[in-house]
Amino acid sequence: MEIAQKESSPLLRRLSPGDWLYALALAGGALFALRQYGGFMDVYDKAILLFTVPGLAAMGFAWKPFRAFLAASTALALVSIALYQGDLARAEQVFFLKYLISSQTAIMWMSALFFIATGAFCLGLAARSDFADATGSALTWCAVTMGTTGLMVRWYESYLIGADVGHIPLSNLYEVFVLFALMTGLLYLYYEGRYATRRMGAFVLLVISAAVAFLLWYTFSREAQEIQPLIPALQSYWMKVHVPANFIGYGAFALAAMVGVADLLVRKGILANRLPPAEVLDDVMYKAIAIGFAFFTIATILGALWAAEAWGTYWQWDPKETWAFIVWLNYATWLHIRLTKGLRGPMLAWWAIAGLVVTAFAFVGVNMFLSGLHSYGSL
Amino acid sequence: MRHRSTLRAIYELLSSMRFAISLLTLLGVASIIGTVVKQNEPYNNYLNQFGPFWFPVFEKLGLYSVYNSFWFLTILGFLVLSTSACILRQTRPMLRDMRGFREHAREASLSSFAHHARFAHSLPVAQAKEAVEAYLRNNGFSTRINGREDGILLAAKQGSWTRIGYFLAHGAIVLICLGGLLDGNLPLKIQMALGGKQVTTGNQLISRIPDTSRLGVDNWSFRGNVFIPEGKSANTAVLNVQDGILLQDLPFTVSLRKFHLEHYESGMPKRFASDIIITENATGKSVEKTIEVNKPFEFAGVMMYQASFEDGGSRLHLLGHDLRSGGAPRPLATEAVVGEAMALKTAGFDYTLELGSFRAFNIENMAADKPEADTGNFARLEKHLGSGARSPTAKDMQNVGPSIQFKLRDSAGQAREYQNFMQPIRQDGAWYLLTGMRDSPSAPFRFMRIPMDDDGRPDSWFAIRRVMLDPTRHPDIARRFTATALGADTSPDVRARMQETTASTLELFARGGFESLGKFIENTIPETERDKAADVFIKILEGSAWEAWKMARADAGLPALVPAAQHSRLLRDTLNATNDSLHYGAPVYFQPVGFDEVRATVLQVTRSPGKPIVYLGSLLLVLGVFAMLYVRERRLFVLIKDTGEALVALSSNRKSMDVEERFRRHRDDLTTLLNPSPRS
Repeated sequence: MEIAQKESSPLLRRLSPGDWLYALALAGGALFALRQYGGFMDVYDKAILLFTVPGLAAMGFAWKPFRAFLAASTALALVSIALYQGDLARAEQVFFLKYLISSQTAIMWMSALFFIATGAFCLGLAARSDFADATGSALTWCAVTMGTTGLMVRWYESYLIGADVGHIPLSNLYEVFVLFALMTGLLYLYYEGRYATRRMGAFVLLVISAAVAFLLWYTFSREAQEIQPLIPALQSYWMKVHVPANFIGYGAFALAAMVGVADLLVRKGILANRLPPAEVLDDVMYKAIAIGFAFFTIATILGALWAAEAWGTYWQWDPKETWAFIVWLNYATWLHIRLTKGLRGPMLAWWAIAGLVVTAFAFVGVNMFLSGLHSYGSL
Repeated sequence: MRHRSTLRAIYELLSSMRFAISLLTLLGVASIIGTVVKQNEPYNNYLNQFGPFWFPVFEKLGLYSVYNSFWFLTILGFLVLSTSACILRQTRPMLRDMRGFREHAREASLSSFAHHARFAHSLPVAQAKEAVEAYLRNNGFSTRINGREDGILLAAKQGSWTRIGYFLAHGAIVLICLGGLLDGNLPLKIQMALGGKQVTTGNQLISRIPDTSRLGVDNWSFRGNVFIPEGKSANTAVLNVQDGILLQDLPFTVSLRKFHLEHYESGMPKRFASDIIITENATGKSVEKTIEVNKPFEFAGVMMYQASFEDGGSRLHLLGHDLRSGGAPRPLATEAVVGEAMALKTAGFDYTLELGSFRAFNIENMAADKPEADTGNFARLEKHLGSGARSPTAKDMQNVGPSIQFKLRDSAGQAREYQNFMQPIRQDGAWYLLTGMRDSPSAPFRFMRIPMDDDGRPDSWFAIRRVMLDPTRHPDIARRFTATALGADTSPDVRARMQETTASTLELFARGGFESLGKFIENTIPETERDKAADVFIKILEGSAWEAWKMARADAGLPALVPAAQHSRLLRDTLNATNDSLHYGAPVYFQPVGFDEVRATVLQVTRSPGKPIVYLGSLLLVLGVFAMLYVRERRLFVLIKDTGEALVALSSNRKSMDVEERFRRHRDDLTTLLNPSPRS
């Protein structure tokens, strides 16, 4: 009951020196960025940067391993930037850049690590091996660290191409697929720690692996990894908040669906002695859908605000908007049924799985089959 | 009474969860329809897509504008009703719940809670009460105490905010729907129904549009587009409604000083911006402003956005090269304006030139498509390592200069579409003027490559072509070619045959290009000899082209040519282009030689009275959702009995795993609290 004890004492007393150091580093980093690059930011960019500090700080305070993760990815990204020395060509010449921490390489490492982690979790499940599970968990941490490093370095690289090209790497389908893998991975790691079980890993990592497989196909056969400049409609600070909020939602919904699969298996008696009990899975599923729904609501509203500024209408039933609305309706209904009707059991698990199909269509299907204003994510 | 009970039943139904869930599902399914059928396209597209039978059926069903259709709005209306009814129904019990502490709960009901425990306490009741009160306060509970005959009950609660969350989130839905309704096209529909406004067709002069199709400046909800060419101004917006338009008078005049169009090196658009001057009609007050994508501007209650841009009537300087046999030898200089039709009735032509568009530059990937060497898997992976900045396949983005696109319509109304480039483009190591032709808008352009001569001009091609396709000159070309091709000692017989063959080759070629020659070979020459014969014909044509060139130069009084290596390439290209020109479908080639570009901006102008309501609703929605999902309402009851027994019970509005954990902690803490060890 250690967690519960901590929650009752006041926040400030709960913070360790490590927490303070972490918060200080965040604030220092933000101030440095403001001083160094403030001239290139508008007031909204600055506000977002400043709000990131308490946001990430709270995240680290509530979930301690997050601090080390963020510190490691930041350190790697800074080493990468230092090795670049402002020259893109060095990505080909410096060994550590070429084979470890340039953006593409880091993302390739992320992909490989996610695959191996999936294998480890599956082995853990099959052999009831705690060691394999622990390995899977560690590898997942490494994967999200490499992926985050990759995105941060990609941000830097985009500015090396040209000051007018540089932008946060959240602008096309390739970049958001990396983000999706990261978000789902981090959410999984959070619930893994929170519920002290690693056996859901095999299921959640499976959906991440599927995303990574798509990412690799997209890289090798479509050359989608090339950094592209932004079209005018995307040149906005809104991208920095709209896209991440959206992918917390997508990641959480994907996680909920995979936990739903595990839940159904347990209820049918399959793997029941290897997986957490159905009540735990049910609880994780609810928590994930709740957080996903909350952030998806925010994301959709932020998208509407952005649309009002870029396209002149906060809502115009563009296919992407409409499908976002359908996703929202779907999970709103799910929550109503569970919270108001108090319904539990396989029906909600099936629904969460169906929800992933709807979410996947909103995320990728709309870009493939329907045309509209969100066309910069086309396949 | 009966009437009342029916109303009651309707109210029960509307406010029921079952009804709300059905509505949410129905709304989801209904929304899908509008993503499957493209919305708000011109009606002609639908007619083509669905055919004459289904088109009117789907129109009646409102499928071309689902989200504005009667039935969709009805579903939304029911959602508002249902949510409102639900709020109405829940208000009283929820408020009671929020305010109440349930301090009169009976012991029996407390011991029926899922989370409850009994234990002995060793403190006097008064002391125990104080200790528990302090404990509850420290844990964020508010408490009400009820003394009863057998002891004392402390009824505590926290997190009642979650109930407020319910009101916020559900009220927000109502607000958002109502606000959205104000900004939709319902106000317009009402004005059209009540104010007798009618849509009119788009293709007429603005000044001729009658007042019944104009909306006044006092209209408080609209969305339209203003089209302004550079140097011009506009004070009306065009609203696209159903299959026609309405005009919206604006309270100001906008003039466009300059439209900025910037591109990245790759040709991707980088910046669209309009430098405008807005003058308010009433006051004459002027503001200068630059509107960009993502940087709208509000003036007199009207929001203005950079929506798109168009050509504002650029003027193109063209040279019309007559392609008819025996046509005018000198090109005819003419001018055309983008967006306007120009009658072409000089020199025996009877055509209309409809200049559709002008592009000041075209950025193309000029890298040759080299087949990728198969280098193995590791090398392939390695190519994708490194920075995200470089493309693994080399690209060479180049501006290939301006181009025009136009239709040439003959007197029968038949039109072909052309795309002509202004500057020569380098392909396969030589320079060409490109002109593309297509018969239907959906087909790709087929390009004719006009070769450039030693002076970098297309003139030689026109001159050679003119001579080669002129039947009166064929005997002369044949004689000269024969003289060059055959030695002086050839017999007159062979000479005559050669001359004859050359003349008939030229004649065949002039009639239908390589195709006629091919047919001729197929019909007259045995299969085994055909390749050889084709070679002979090509040699004859090349030689004839060379003679034709010399003759053309002599005609024009130019000095004789010195044979050079690059000429054979030019001759081959000349033959190809001449062949293509026979299938060009137009009697004239328009070479763009200059332009005065005029751009026009399209600004979207809106008045959306519902926007603040929707934004407020959105804010409330977020607050509400978080309050509902993350503020946990918990009630903790501590009954301290005179008998030395204590009862702890915990209830929560959400069943989740942490409630159990939380209960155990409170139970343990309270047990310790009420049973202090003797030493302390």
